[in-house]
Amino acid sequence: MESCAFQLQVVAVFILISTEFLTMENNIKLLVNNISVVYSDVIQVLKGVSLIIRAGQIVSLLGSNGAGKTTTLRAISGLLKPENGKVTEGSVEYDGKPIQNSSPEEITRKGIIQVLEGRQEFKYLTVEENLRVGTATRWGKPFKEDLELVYRYFPALQARRKSLAGYCSGGELQMLVIGRALMAHPELLLLDEPSLGLAPLLVKEIFQIIRRINQEQGTTLMVVEQNANMALQIAHYGYVMENGKVVMESTADELRENPDIKEFYLGTAASGALKSYKDVKSYKRRKRWL
Amino acid sequence: MDFFLQLLVNGISLGLLYALSALGFVMIFKSSSVLNLAHGELLAIGAFLFLVFSTWARLPIILAFGLTLVGTFALGFVVERLFLRPLIGENLIEVIMMTLGLGIMFRGLLLFIFGGDIHSYPDFLPKSLTIQWGAVQIPSVNVATFIIGILFLVIFGFFFKYSSQGIYMRSVADNQPAALSLGVHVRRVFALSWAIAFIVAAMSGIVLGIINGINVHELSAIGLKVFPVVILGGLDSIGGAILGGIIIGLIETFTGGYFSTALKEIIPYIVLIFILMVKPYGLFGLVEIERV
Ligand SMILES: Nc1ncnc2c1ncn2[C@@H]1O[C@H](COP(=O)(O)OP(=O)(O)OP(=O)(O)O)[C@@H](O)[C@H]1O
Ligand SMILES: [Mg+2]
Repeated sequence: MESCAFQLQVVAVFILISTEFLTMENNIKLLVNNISVVYSDVIQVLKGVSLIIRAGQIVSLLGSNGAGKTTTLRAISGLLKPENGKVTEGSVEYDGKPIQNSSPEEITRKGIIQVLEGRQEFKYLTVEENLRVGTATRWGKPFKEDLELVYRYFPALQARRKSLAGYCSGGELQMLVIGRALMAHPELLLLDEPSLGLAPLLVKEIFQIIRRINQEQGTTLMVVEQNANMALQIAHYGYVMENGKVVMESTADELRENPDIKEFYLGTAASGALKSYKDVKSYKRRKRWL
Repeated sequence: MDFFLQLLVNGISLGLLYALSALGFVMIFKSSSVLNLAHGELLAIGAFLFLVFSTWARLPIILAFGLTLVGTFALGFVVERLFLRPLIGENLIEVIMMTLGLGIMFRGLLLFIFGGDIHSYPDFLPKSLTIQWGAVQIPSVNVATFIIGILFLVIFGFFFKYSSQGIYMRSVADNQPAALSLGVHVRRVFALSWAIAFIVAAMSGIVLGIINGINVHELSAIGLKVFPVVILGGLDSIGGAILGGIIIGLIETFTGGYFSTALKEIIPYIVLIFILMVKPYGLFGLVEIERV
């Protein structure tokens, strides 16, 4: 009897250790391994970008305009191809399988959905029809339950379901495009600047919903943002890009406390007054930022 | 008055045929921005395919009709796959030139197989379809036109409005990058729009064949009336194509009835030129939704 209990204990400990070990090794949802991206065969935009997205986490990707954030998302989602772009070096592995330069049709069907920058709604479709396009990866069926789920996250959409998306407000559209992506049952959801041009209160609401989606649906998320403050509040981990390279990565908490990030993205420098852009830039250059 | 009513009925039924054929043209334009210059030949292909099944193979009419539907649908896929898909991503003008070439090739093939004579279907429409209403008589062929026209317009109307595949097709027409980002199979949508264009063009081709006889040149020329129709209705509007079709049908029939049959043939093109000069985006084109 006693030995049996002991054996059970041993087994339990073993299982604990091994699952710990396994999750440490296997919870990598997406691995971007040293990729270079070239547009139109000549314009090199990414120069050796590496990222890891762990399952169930929210990873935020920060960086100034033109840093290559959108390009990175496109390299993951396959949407480089229609832009005449290509991953020329390195690899993108999703659940351990290479997906770089696969077509968007294939990649979306593996569960990666990118929500495009700038709220790309279908103007002449109603809100509900817009949402239904999100079922394209599974031939349209079923969609009733998914609609209910989306309306639970975004009650504002339900009231507007019969009206043309072209006549919705910016806030409603942001909800619409995120909701539309949810209809596709994404495992990895890539959001490109969801806060762009929205009122602060609404930004807060959207980010709370993003966090809820992560927690309740178990969706892994990558959020590209200019609004570093918001992004780092909900993220577990963050990357900073400049000029087509990752220049910094750390847990979100550490990034929030980092003086450079404070200075440059959060606008809350320790010294109080904001230093001039030039100062910041040269300071950063010293620290191999640029 | 009776004459007027007769013309009205004829005009609307002719207009439904134009509408049906324009629906296919607008489908292709909306989903892939391609002006299909081979549209006239699609009508002819449909009419001759039905001729093969009904007259040559002597199949029962319903079966012949069904086979024509299936055949043209499949042909649409094949044509898209062989000739149009390799050009995806090329300049639009090259694709349009391709459709011009396809049209000439189709016409040549039809001439080669069937010659330039006028063929006709067996007289299969039951006399009981004829409607006598006072002094106005609606011949069976017009009744059949009404039935086919309205049936297909309703079927495709429902398809685009409610079915998932129809919604995907409209999403591609609306915002192609967004559709791609959600995994809509854009190439499949292009193929489907060609298949649908083939089907609806075939339907109007068959009915026009019943009315006028089946001749390659004539059917192709009638098919080209899709241009006045869609210019009137707005190139990118399915509802506009239907209205435009009916209006052109009416104008044409009334011109023929009250003025001269010679003028009848060119009046749609006069309308086309007039509309282009006054309202280049068509009377019923989509109201552009702009964000400010
Ligand atoms: N289709 C394209 N063809 C050529 N160059 C492109 C293309 N798309 C983006 N670029 C270039 O790649 C660089 C990075 O662009 P990207 O859109 O990835 O930046 P971003 O970090 O998303 O910027 P933003 O914050 O402004 O959205 C820019 O210099 C841009 O001009
Ligand atoms: Mg961007």
